[in-house]
Amino acid sequence: MARRSEFVLVVDQRRKSMSFEQASDAPIIEIRDMSISFHDQQVLRSLDLAIPRGQTLALIGESGCGKTVLLKALIGLVRPAQGEVYFDGRNLAELNDKELAVQRMRFGFLFQNAALFDSMTVGQNIEFPLREAAGRQQNEIDEIVSSRLAEVGLPEAVKSKKPAQLSGGMRKRVGLARALAISPEVMLYDEPTTGLDPIVSDVINELIIQTRSRYPVTSIIVTHDMRTATKVADRVVMVYPLSRLAASEPQILFDGSPTELETAEDQRVIQFVNGEAGERLMEMRENSSQKHGRHLKPESWMPDQ
Amino acid sequence: MSTGASATPPNPVARGRQKNPLVDVVADWGRVVVEAAMSVGNLALFSLNTLSWLFTRLPRRETLLQSFYQIGVRSLPVVALTGTFIGMVLAVQSHYQFSGLGLETRLGAVINMSLVRELGPVLAATMLAGRVGGAMAAELGTMRVTEQIDALSSMGANPVQYLVVPRFLACLFLIPTLTIMADFMGVVGGYLYSIYFLKIDQFHYYQNSAEFVGTWDLIYGVIKSLFFGAAIALVSCHRGFHCGAGAEGVGRAATAAFVISFVLILILDLVIGIFLDNIYLSLWPGGASLF
Repeated sequence: MARRSEFVLVVDQRRKSMSFEQASDAPIIEIRDMSISFHDQQVLRSLDLAIPRGQTLALIGESGCGKTVLLKALIGLVRPAQGEVYFDGRNLAELNDKELAVQRMRFGFLFQNAALFDSMTVGQNIEFPLREAAGRQQNEIDEIVSSRLAEVGLPEAVKSKKPAQLSGGMRKRVGLARALAISPEVMLYDEPTTGLDPIVSDVINELIIQTRSRYPVTSIIVTHDMRTATKVADRVVMVYPLSRLAASEPQILFDGSPTELETAEDQRVIQFVNGEAGERLMEMRENSSQKHGRHLKPESWMPDQ
Repeated sequence: MSTGASATPPNPVARGRQKNPLVDVVADWGRVVVEAAMSVGNLALFSLNTLSWLFTRLPRRETLLQSFYQIGVRSLPVVALTGTFIGMVLAVQSHYQFSGLGLETRLGAVINMSLVRELGPVLAATMLAGRVGGAMAAELGTMRVTEQIDALSSMGANPVQYLVVPRFLACLFLIPTLTIMADFMGVVGGYLYSIYFLKIDQFHYYQNSAEFVGTWDLIYGVIKSLFFGAAIALVSCHRGFHCGAGAEGVGRAATAAFVISFVLILILDLVIGIFLDNIYLSLWPGGASLF
């Protein structure tokens, strides 16, 4: 127990030693004036963001504000309607399919529900990116799979199981092991702790910190979990839903270190950090009644009146 | 500060619809036509993308063998069963019609000709569309909904090359085998029922079959089946890839895969039938038998 605490302390010190201000200036990822729409609905508008090499960035914001879309745009899974995404100085829009596939192999992506391949065993799932990258012998692949499983705290016996036989936390850890299999330069985490109990959530947080300390990796974490954001990240960026913004307002409401979150000037940031609904329920009901053509009086929304 | 959705201006299209029902009808039909054209175009691009992978990078052997097993081998029992019963049903129905004319001995020619040219290929394809097409659409749709297809792309793999090409090749190469199996079992079923239950003379049954049904008829059915197999694989995988959200989206994709595949099978059956007959007649005028 004491040894574990020491390990966590060392990891935490290493993490803090590479603070937001000290991270490399050259951005590994740069988003310039990016807008993304689905059909008629715009999700992201004129977004600018530069992420230096080695930084751990937490992307926070309400559900539906476009955080996951932004994450997917970083590896070309979603194409911007306007603007560019640069990875290591190269514009993703100018790459052909083959070049894009090569660039994607420099990323590791932990999906929200792990997105493990149902038809494969855990071992085959972790092997998959290694086989796609090619050039490795089977014994080397086996070694990497075993070592990644050990890193995320899963026994060898799990290798032969199907994803359906695992718990939510185990699936997330297998997803992390798969994402780390090819030692990526950039790790993308899409809501890594959503749907997990507090203990397993913290295990995932520790694994993210551990990954950062073991590998020279840049990390982008999409989350609503403020504990994850403050514990793991060097920098926090808050994105706000376009439907709640005026046309002239920027979509990024906050960009700074986790410690600055509490003292943010914008009340919407404070509201999100503290998890306060405020007038939101009333607004939602108002919008809902307008969409259904009903005009209810505010008093009728109140219970038992 | 909150602008909220309440600040959104009312939709001008919705406003217009309330005022003019004719515009509403025209707009609805226009949307249907545009969406249909887009779907056809999208399917054509998807098919070209799949075919282009056949000439660039084939799937790994283990992926291919798994698809061949799932699609071909596991479909054999149901196709064989269908073929057997169709052969027997044909015997029953034909006997009812032919016995009135005193042409019972011609039963073999009718049953076997119907089976190898039409019913064998069409029923094998229909069973494949039902058993495999729906399952492929549901599987790929679930993979889409649960982000497994995105996960494939994020690891540098091409989802079309990895997921569609093996299924396409399995359907294309194994549907002739399934068709021949349906033909064979139908011929056996029809023969057994005619000889043992309807008491048709065995010699004449065989003689008439051999006289009217040739190798060309068998090839004719197999050629058609190749197109059916390709259509089932492409339509089903396309539906799975463009599946809507949630369980409802997956269900709709599976249903659409079967319905569209079945309609395409019928259309292709007619078009290719006419095409092959014309080719045959232009090469061998007068209908002289090739084989």
